[in-house]
Amino acid sequence: MPSATLLGQALVSGLLAGGLYGLLAFGLSLSWGLLRLVNLAHFALALLGAYLTYQLGHVLHWPPWLAAAAIVPAFFALGVALHVVLRHFRVTELTSLLVTFGLAVILESVIQWFWTADYRRYETPYASASLRIGPFFIPVLELLACLTAAALACATWAWLRFTYVGKALRAAAEDAAIAGAFGVNHRRHAFVLSGVSAAYAGVAGVFIALISTLAPAQIWAWLGVVFAVVIIGGLGNPVGALLAGFLIGVSESVTMAVAAPAWAPLVSFSILIGILVLRPERV
Amino acid sequence: MSERWRLIAGVLGTGVALAGLPLLGLPAFYESVLYLVFHWIALATSWSLLSGYAGYFSFGHGAFFGAGVYTTTTLAAMYGVPFLATLPVAASVAALLSAGIGVVVFRVKRLRGELFGLLTLAITFVLGTIVLNTRLDGGPGVYLSNVPLPRLVASPTGTFYLLALGLATVTVAGACLVTRARLGLGLYAIHDDEDVAEVEGVPTFAYKLVAFALSAAVAGVAGGIHAMYVSYVTVGDTFSITVPLYVVLMSVLGGARHWLGPAVGATVITASLYAFTGGEQALLGRALVALILIAAILVVPEGIVPTVLARVRRARAQPREAATTPAPALPRVEGAALECHDVWKAFGGIEALRGVSLTVGRGEIVGLVGPNGSGKTTLINVISGHYAIDRGRITLGATVLSERPAHRIAGLGVSRTYQIPRPFAHGSALDNVALAATFGAARRTPREARAEAHAWLEFTGLARRAAALPHELNLHERKFLELARALAGRPRVILLDEVLSGLNPGEIASAISLLREIRARGVAILFVEHVMRAVLELSDRVVVLNEGEVIAAGTPHEAMRAPRVVDVYLGKGHVVA
Repeated sequence: MPSATLLGQALVSGLLAGGLYGLLAFGLSLSWGLLRLVNLAHFALALLGAYLTYQLGHVLHWPPWLAAAAIVPAFFALGVALHVVLRHFRVTELTSLLVTFGLAVILESVIQWFWTADYRRYETPYASASLRIGPFFIPVLELLACLTAAALACATWAWLRFTYVGKALRAAAEDAAIAGAFGVNHRRHAFVLSGVSAAYAGVAGVFIALISTLAPAQIWAWLGVVFAVVIIGGLGNPVGALLAGFLIGVSESVTMAVAAPAWAPLVSFSILIGILVLRPERV
Repeated sequence: MSERWRLIAGVLGTGVALAGLPLLGLPAFYESVLYLVFHWIALATSWSLLSGYAGYFSFGHGAFFGAGVYTTTTLAAMYGVPFLATLPVAASVAALLSAGIGVVVFRVKRLRGELFGLLTLAITFVLGTIVLNTRLDGGPGVYLSNVPLPRLVASPTGTFYLLALGLATVTVAGACLVTRARLGLGLYAIHDDEDVAEVEGVPTFAYKLVAFALSAAVAGVAGGIHAMYVSYVTVGDTFSITVPLYVVLMSVLGGARHWLGPAVGATVITASLYAFTGGEQALLGRALVALILIAAILVVPEGIVPTVLARVRRARAQPREAATTPAPALPRVEGAALECHDVWKAFGGIEALRGVSLTVGRGEIVGLVGPNGSGKTTLINVISGHYAIDRGRITLGATVLSERPAHRIAGLGVSRTYQIPRPFAHGSALDNVALAATFGAARRTPREARAEAHAWLEFTGLARRAAALPHELNLHERKFLELARALAGRPRVILLDEVLSGLNPGEIASAISLLREIRARGVAILFVEHVMRAVLELSDRVVVLNEGEVIAAGTPHEAMRAPRVVDVYLGKGHVVA
């Protein structure tokens, strides 16, 4: 049995990792829950965002915040463009999965073409900075990612809950035809939402570049965990996604500390399977 | 020789002809590429058995493939079992695994579509993690280089080619057989509307389980062969995203609902992947395949094979099936009395049926009326077995119906129609009726069922529309299609849920004479209806439901004049003292 300090540290790093999972899950959860489109390309977009951050920061020496300021709006535009295509071809929930899978493979190839399959690391002065609270170490960048995730979750929740566009999106997700009959311009709002989802992929990408080492195949590494987070959190529910991210992050890191790192995936997937079989009406 | 056996003979003949290829002494590289083509044909075709035909999109094919890989690896590399002897075991392990998953998952109604896909993907990763952390692998991977390979021909690559070719041939021939047998028809019906399929008599649970197990067994054998082919297996490569995504891609590209579609898709994709080999070209090849996938799904969402077949048919201007075979005489059926005794059904706190008792005798028409929400449709749903009742008993003649699954009830001779017609969207009018005839009370082969379906279409005046797809029919025709489908099950009792609503007076008149004819054949009819003229004209007796209780029963005029009925329909003030 590991010591209390080790467990505590596992808890802390689990929460921080969970923040990043949440950040990756937001866009997926929104487009699945409110547009009924399952966007596998979301992971690829996030990784593309990470590589762009690396390129702008490591090669062109832009400060990270400037890179973020350039990437996030550009990704918003990408998201809108993606939705234009998906709408034009009347893509359904199931076919969206296949089309965006294809897109993810293409993006993976593009990334590998430009940056090769070698590992890339964006070295910043903050990378090793960490706070020390009692016996626990808290890496500053991961804390920042986690706080950003929390802020975005709350802002998105409020946006969906209180603004006209948010209410219209939720109404259209329930029944697009009826919402349309009441004057909701579902299509225009869908473009906004798709843009926002992609912009969140950009935000996640910036943090991924700052925190971790990059390799093109990482796209697939996140797939299972983030889907688990999205489903456990409830579709279209950013706060739920963040909490689910914490849950998965902590259960993974505690498993790593108690058993072995290699057992970690078992936890998130078992939770996902359990929820799907026992509470399918949640999704 | 029927079309089915001609096709299967064609597949087997092609397989035998291709088996001669190693004799040509091709370079090993070509044999390897061809091995991969047939490897993927077997995997993609087996995937489509459940996922293509029944629409249960699985992303878990990698789990069954992986189960096969590690069964062969463990038995051959660690216990010295001869390689070929491990393959049946690999098939069994994979089939048992899928059946175990299916027994749990197929009971949960909502686990369809993308949820089933995610669930199966998650199972793949769980299985991978377990293999990685146990003695089966342990982390570093396992070598099979010491396992002796039996030589079918001189070269090892030729041997692998023949093994994969054999598996692919058997799988494609099997898929062809399935699509033309009861199993395939049932799976297609599940794809379009699982609830209706069950009520029409398709044993949906058993069929899904069988399709899942067959599909996994083939994947298991393919895995076993592939373990030997790569001769060094790792968890990372085996339980990766590659297998599930490639089989989905290949099947969807070729046409997942057609027996030959996945084979075509697999050939196109494997061949184009190998057109680009080495370094940057491979990268380009992968991107190109992804691009093909996107284009194919956006432009030919049904897949290559069905799209091409449809084009060819249209070019020949041939009807989908000539409706010229003379309709056989309609079979007479032995009616039976339906009895509901003190039936209760609650949904959460809402009691939809509160002790309903009624009988419908042989050759009797009983009208079931009542305000909206009074429990009429719920009663039909519990009689047909769609919902289980909480208390009470429903019998047909001497047989107890309640507590049997819906498909068994259909088999005992209970048919129903839906208020809003629910035809199987991908089948023609004839296919729809033939399905009910195949799975209804009398057991018939699909071919006999088709002949009989013609007769029922003629009976309901739809013979001209036999080849039409449901979305091409108007409301009146779809209502009559519902009726034809219900009759094709050779029911002893038929439950009609508002067959007349939305029809014009002329159509109602023809429907009424149709119902009289049905009754004359000895069938007991329970019909829910709001069109009062028809109720009064047709019913021998009328039962009035309100808030889940029978408030009046008797001849049409007695029942409709009962004070409580007038009260419910018009309000208290109108009751004549």
